Amino acid sequence: MEKTQVLVGLASCGIAAGAGKVYDKILDIRQAEKLDFSVKRTGCIGMCYREPLIEVIDATGSYLYGDVDENKALEIVEKHVKSGEPVKEYIVFTDLFKTEDNEFIEGQVKIALRNCGVIDPEDINEYETRGGYKAISGLVEGKVTPEAVIQNVIDSGIRGRGGGGFPTGTKWKFAYNSKSDVKYIICNADEGDPGAFMDRSVLEGDPHSVLEGMTIAAYAIGASDGVIYCRAEYPLAIKRLNIAIEQSKKKGYLGKNIFGKEGFNFDIYVKEGAGAFVCGEETALMASVEGKRGMPRKRPPFPAVSGLWKQPTNINNVETFANIPSIILNGPQSFNCYGTEKSKGTKVFALTGKIKRGGLVEVPMGITIREVIFKLGGGIQNNKKFKAVQMGGPSGGCIPEFLADTIIDYDSVNATGAIMGSGGMVVMDETTCMVDMARFFLDFTQKESCGKCTFCRIGTKRMLEILTRICEGEGKEGDIEMLEELAVHIKNTSLCGLGQTAPNPVITSLKYFRNEFEAHINNKKCPAGTCKKLLTYTVIADKCTGCTVCAKNCSVNAISGERKQPHFINQDACIKCGVCYNKCKFEAISLT
Amino acid sequence: MRVKRILSAEKQSTNQNEVDLSQITSLIQKYKTKKGNIIPLLQGTQNLYGFVPRKAFLKISEEANIPLNDLYGVATFYAQFRLNPVGKHIVKVCHGTACHVQNATAISIALEEALNIKDGETTPDNLFTLESVACLGCCSLAPVMMIGDDTFGKLSGKSAVNIIKEIKMKENN
Repeated sequence: MEKTQVLVGLASCGIAAGAGKVYDKILDIRQAEKLDFSVKRTGCIGMCYREPLIEVIDATGSYLYGDVDENKALEIVEKHVKSGEPVKEYIVFTDLFKTEDNEFIEGQVKIALRNCGVIDPEDINEYETRGGYKAISGLVEGKVTPEAVIQNVIDSGIRGRGGGGFPTGTKWKFAYNSKSDVKYIICNADEGDPGAFMDRSVLEGDPHSVLEGMTIAAYAIGASDGVIYCRAEYPLAIKRLNIAIEQSKKKGYLGKNIFGKEGFNFDIYVKEGAGAFVCGEETALMASVEGKRGMPRKRPPFPAVSGLWKQPTNINNVETFANIPSIILNGPQSFNCYGTEKSKGTKVFALTGKIKRGGLVEVPMGITIREVIFKLGGGIQNNKKFKAVQMGGPSGGCIPEFLADTIIDYDSVNATGAIMGSGGMVVMDETTCMVDMARFFLDFTQKESCGKCTFCRIGTKRMLEILTRICEGEGKEGDIEMLEELAVHIKNTSLCGLGQTAPNPVITSLKYFRNEFEAHINNKKCPAGTCKKLLTYTVIADKCTGCTVCAKNCSVNAISGERKQPHFINQDACIKCGVCYNKCKFEAISLT
Repeated sequence: MRVKRILSAEKQSTNQNEVDLSQITSLIQKYKTKKGNIIPLLQGTQNLYGFVPRKAFLKISEEANIPLNDLYGVATFYAQFRLNPVGKHIVKVCHGTACHVQNATAISIALEEALNIKDGETTPDNLFTLESVACLGCCSLAPVMMIGDDTFGKLSGKSAVNIIKEIKMKENN
């Protein structure tokens, strides 16, 4: 019988939830009691809402435990590992019986995330036992031509997973066709969209798949140098990438004459980004690698012709590269059997916001938004009403509830006014104000604009000022029209994707939630109850017990009332700080 | 566009001038001849001092033969670089989309009140610098903050302040 295995999910979010302590605890117990089972660290298992997660694999099957702390870990080792009796109440997923979280796992198809949460990301041997580096070694040993590799990628139908959706194979072909002695492969790991963490999870959970994907691209295009441009905010991803690169070099999978092929040289290094969202744009990214201010430039020439250091360069996103080894090893049909006519394969989404089961999901294209949110995600927190889902981050938009049956593929999502983007899905309920969301995204793009194009630099600032005013109850007639006019100009006169898409959150919000803007401007009301300055705090007399807590805590003495009598808020004095609302134990303060 | 500048001379605290510049000599030697060296040079300098001191700009420019204009241009472009000294603990409050939806603003307000500083400022005892950042990538634990290398999730204003208090207690002992 094989030894029992205990896997601990140690990606950034697991560690933040306390998985590090759980891991240490299990190691301690094993050492103290001299127990015979193996403990392994692994990447993101995807069920972020249940972190910390540990998986126990014994002779009978695999059991995933959620919300584990040190005490629960002790209990699990005691009962399950030592005595073979699974602790049922902590199990969140197993093949053996149904749990309430089953749907989260069962709706998924894992290609890009095939190894995440399964292997130890810091051990190349584990990657290899799962078929790792077989794709590239097969190409080299079988003397497959670069043209055939590119054709396979084209046949798979994969499109750029960073958000643009440009066909990857075609991109490779352009770079292949450019004649030059020096060519570069860049992996874009500058995952800047707020609310997205797909690439981080792949890098932390399965760095070798990205390295292998890049090596395959190098083989196809004829590149000799690779750069992974990774956000400095992802220290663990950078650490694991560097470990993976070292291990590959030792095995001869990177370096000179790879897999014994004379002249097949490829090296990768990690370049830390310095915190600029615009560097996700490919020409800005290359400027940043060259050590300059990350400002985009005009295209053409496209990077495939003149990119990094003026040499032909191919840039793909982390998730795209992670898919490549599987496509090459298992054939294009293993990928394009999923999806819709124009969007093949699967896509990873980071499901966050007001959702019950937030986490990382990989689903086949063509699934509806409703299925993702209600089936996999389990619906809205506290059973509130689903209002909208934000897709595509600051370049995307909010898709309202009545469009929830839209299928997820590049073209259908674009038709709503949002974009597929890199895969962030932030779910909003009835308490999220859409004007405030639009303001939030404009605040972000306004700060992140590099300042090169006038309309992007100043136009976004003006839009932000108008939105801020509306949120503060000082909106005027004509504001909406001015927003719309500015949006058109910014879109038309910006050089890069940041500016061209910056107004999208406002445009979609105005399209679907215009009534909320009008309520803010005309009635000075925030229907969602989010915009503080537009709220009125009143005491519900029936519920007030006269405990005086609100009056004591009111910093401006706006609340009056006798002990054991209903209190009263003087609206003229109230500064709408919300302290009374938070302090009241009887829910006797209403917000309207 | 973000705008940041070196503080005027009278606003600069004394430790701007106390830095030991010899520490960056080897860094400059290492990157001097490499292409695309400005960002690694600035990152290395910041790792040593916690910020990029004015004098370091001058030294790098002279010894690595990079125009001061280029160095300053890059340093002010990227959010990562700081031109002024920071506290011992940098408190990064996440304001990504998921955190915003889960009311990250309340966390920032609570911390601003507790530390009695504004976003981007440092406490007078040089213990804490408060920063708001875009997305730390732990969205499912929103709202989140990061102090040093430790990430804290599912915060409320109160629990965030308690974490600060704990660090303060440890520092005072």
